[in-house]
Amino acid sequence: MVSLAATFGRGAMTNHWRDIRHADLILVNGANPAEAHPVGFRWLMRAKLDRGAKIIHADPRFTRTSAVADTYVRIRTGTDVAYFGGLINYVLTNRLHHDDYVRWATNAGFVVKDGYAFQDGMFNGYDREQGVYNTKLWAYETDDEGHARIDLDHPRSVLNLLRAHYQRYDPDTVARITGIPREQFLQVARQVGEMGRPDKVMTIVYAVGLTHHTTGVQLIRSGAILQLLLGNMGRPGGGMNAERGHANIQGNTDHAISWDILPGYLRIPAPRQKDIKAYLDESASIKQHPRAVNFFGENYRRYLVSLLKAWYGDAATKDNEFAFHYLPKPAANASWISIFDQALRGKMQGIMLSGMTATSIGPDSNQVLQALSNLKWLCVMDPFATTSSEFWQAPGMDPAKIQTEVFMLPATHWIEKDGSFTNSGRWVQWKDQVLPPEGEARHDHWILSELFLRVRDLYEAQGGKFPDPVLKMALPYANPRKPELDEIAQEINGRDLRTGKRLATFVDLNDDGTTSAGDWIYTGHYPEEGNLAKRRDGVQDPARNDPSGMGFYPNWAWSWPANRRVLYNRASADENGRPWDPSRPGIAWENGTWVGDVPDYPPTTGPGPDAPLPFIMTGEGVGRLFSNAVADGPFPEHYEPIESPIANPLHPEVSATPAAFRYDERAGRPNRFGTVADYPYVATSYRLTEHEHYVTQNVEHLVQLQPEAFVEVPAALAREKGIETGDRVRVSSRRGKLEVRAVVTNRLGPLDVDGRTVYQIGIPIHWGFVGINTGQHWLANALTPFVGDASARTPEYKAFLVNIEKI
Amino acid sequence: MDVSRRQFLSIGSAGVLGGSALGFDLTESVRIKQRLRIEGATLSHSLCPYCAVGCSLIAHTKKAANGKTELLHIEGDPDSPVNEGTLCPKGATSLQLAVSRRRVPHPLYRAPGAAEWKQVSWEFALDRLARNIKASRDATFVAQDADGNVVNRCEGVAFAGGAAFSSEEGYLATKLMRGLGLVHLEQQARV
Ligand code: SF4
Repeated sequence: MVSLAATFGRGAMTNHWRDIRHADLILVNGANPAEAHPVGFRWLMRAKLDRGAKIIHADPRFTRTSAVADTYVRIRTGTDVAYFGGLINYVLTNRLHHDDYVRWATNAGFVVKDGYAFQDGMFNGYDREQGVYNTKLWAYETDDEGHARIDLDHPRSVLNLLRAHYQRYDPDTVARITGIPREQFLQVARQVGEMGRPDKVMTIVYAVGLTHHTTGVQLIRSGAILQLLLGNMGRPGGGMNAERGHANIQGNTDHAISWDILPGYLRIPAPRQKDIKAYLDESASIKQHPRAVNFFGENYRRYLVSLLKAWYGDAATKDNEFAFHYLPKPAANASWISIFDQALRGKMQGIMLSGMTATSIGPDSNQVLQALSNLKWLCVMDPFATTSSEFWQAPGMDPAKIQTEVFMLPATHWIEKDGSFTNSGRWVQWKDQVLPPEGEARHDHWILSELFLRVRDLYEAQGGKFPDPVLKMALPYANPRKPELDEIAQEINGRDLRTGKRLATFVDLNDDGTTSAGDWIYTGHYPEEGNLAKRRDGVQDPARNDPSGMGFYPNWAWSWPANRRVLYNRASADENGRPWDPSRPGIAWENGTWVGDVPDYPPTTGPGPDAPLPFIMTGEGVGRLFSNAVADGPFPEHYEPIESPIANPLHPEVSATPAAFRYDERAGRPNRFGTVADYPYVATSYRLTEHEHYVTQNVEHLVQLQPEAFVEVPAALAREKGIETGDRVRVSSRRGKLEVRAVVTNRLGPLDVDGRTVYQIGIPIHWGFVGINTGQHWLANALTPFVGDASARTPEYKAFLVNIEKI
Repeated sequence: MDVSRRQFLSIGSAGVLGGSALGFDLTESVRIKQRLRIEGATLSHSLCPYCAVGCSLIAHTKKAANGKTELLHIEGDPDSPVNEGTLCPKGATSLQLAVSRRRVPHPLYRAPGAAEWKQVSWEFALDRLARNIKASRDATFVAQDADGNVVNRCEGVAFAGGAAFSSEEGYLATKLMRGLGLVHLEQQARV
């Protein structure tokens, strides 16, 4: 999310599943869609079968995706910055970028302020004490109006800095870091280089194999930069396509179950922001080019005020700044690892978990078990017992010593309630309630409403700390204790408060308190005419339902924003409004209007040299090759994982990113990182087709298919250690161990990295001490380190050091 | 026999298995069984609860004699531009997630230091939890920080949830938790 927002203005899969069939080349990195997203993978296969597209799969492990890829590239886990960096360098050196696109639609020509520097692995502006960069220093030179100076030939133009930064990523260096043989890398680079032609388009597909690293944000940024250079953003068959792992991660991210945002990707206010103006000054982007639309920045206030009206209704008035101060302002990062870090420090009293099992999911499970033992209370809402609800009786725990009060509240399943899921292509699809809640199970939203209202009753009766936001929250539902999801969907959509009518578009939202909208990007999904997420004009009648023939199916469900199917689609046509490739148009300017997908622009805003620039969500109006919205560098740089078998070949003194957050160290707890001397092998974790995180532990057919925990061991290493398939092995890291069976495999081959042989061990995560097969109580995340990415604080699950022995 | 396209699809996949794997043709018996099972059933639209491809499901239910709604069958929706009727092993077995003997049947409570769960009423659980939430909120609430900024945050309670929520539930969770002043708010996207 952070990386795409830093590059394009918002963080979401840019295209959609069916659209992948339009690609000529598909780079799959840090993902295994054939097994993790099997039905989505059909669209990659369709591209291959229907138009002869090539699939290049770069992954540490040879998977079923590799098996049908045209090229399988064995890459050392977490080194994709070097891989993409090498491709960027190849494209720039050989002048294969899409020149017209780059000049018009990216910040290539923007001049960076004097003082920008990169030396020996460090960018300018690092604060050693705090361990953070001052990202504000990475800015453009501006004129009196705040517009950036533009001069492509300036030595400090973004394009020239980009060239200088990436020229170090020559094929030999790429090979040394990633383990990809030089010749194979060049063969890939030649194919990728072709994709800068206007009549070619490439897509990049990725998943948690890129995000789950201490450099995750930069891994994705690298791909996004490559895509901008090749002119593939905004186009059908192009884009940066993040495959979300769970049915509704996208919807719940949009609606901001996340410490740092409010619904619709508005930032959570910071303590120093004393009023809405101060908040907007630091949150809304500023117009930096006379032709930038700066859509988000310009309208930010409307979205915030409409949100506050949805939450606080009549209590949000002009006089109290629409209850701006009801919003909590966090002092510091409050994301996943921070929650358990706070518990370890004794500062967290209670945790509520719904459909999330902290114990299995989080890194360093043993430390998480300790964190849960420090709580006063824990509440688990789930249909099944989880490793969190049962943590106090986990193997090795002594219940008598654990003072945590634990509540297990049986919640309903997806099929027992209606409501919508937003898939990774941003399609909001409504489902029916198929079954009534089973037995005593209750819907999560009823449980939460009930808890909230009981807390409200207590504040009414007893008073307490700042009760206003609790007492005054608007809950305008027929039965506030049992709200209907349909009522909430309408609230999310928003209304004109003067007429009570639901709005059809976010363009109609105001900043004076006359409109409300729970999430502006969803405004229009439920207008007066009805719930558009329920629409089902599908593939049985393509002539009627897919008029453009591009597979947009505009009347199947609804996609945010504005039912647009491909984000940034203005960039799919050239400056004059002609599609780069007429055989695959996104939108086209015809007879005074845009036709095709729902355009980024008002339908009759024409193209031309004075027309607005294509990336409407950034203050620059263009996509950012250089961005100061990433915590550890305006350009991605290769850093080694915190636990790595080698020192960084580019700058051994600054091996790992200096901005990664090392929780234990910061809290004064003992270091829990291992070194290559004790833990000589690289490990990486992943999921299997039959698994979906941990809930599938309760599905009999799936447990029959994957009954037992195992690890994959490369054949050559297994020979060295005398391990055969079926043997029990102990895999240990500095933090914990697994004792499971070994599967000896050629899927994980040895890599030649910086002159030495590196072995990678594969660890499917899933099993634990609950579920059908409880004989397997080892948690794979007992091995993973308690460290977060510099920008997003995403944990490092995909590259850490272990030892392995036969037992 | 009248076979709609939808029925045909589900028969088709079962038929292939019957015919090829066993060496004799079970298609007819599978066809009859299939037809009887979902004949007269109510069709509802759902979505696969697992990965974020967003495959559409058609669920067949019937009201049993005891008034209970019985879930008979789940299949892919052939009309969906996402999955065109297909499902992977997870989606195809989602019925076993929907209907399971492994569900937790009633609220449970584990007291500090206790070695076992105790079955409790919803009333007990909700009441006690609400008191805990208020006590923790009051104990860890910061109205103004050391620099004198108005921050109105509750530091000592965290909420994590939601990849399995409908979006509307997720929205409500965000709204209520922010209303309580929570800053520690998290879901599956990061982990
Ligand atoms: S059927 Fe398979 S591919 Fe489709 S949403 Fe479900 S888990 Fe994903």
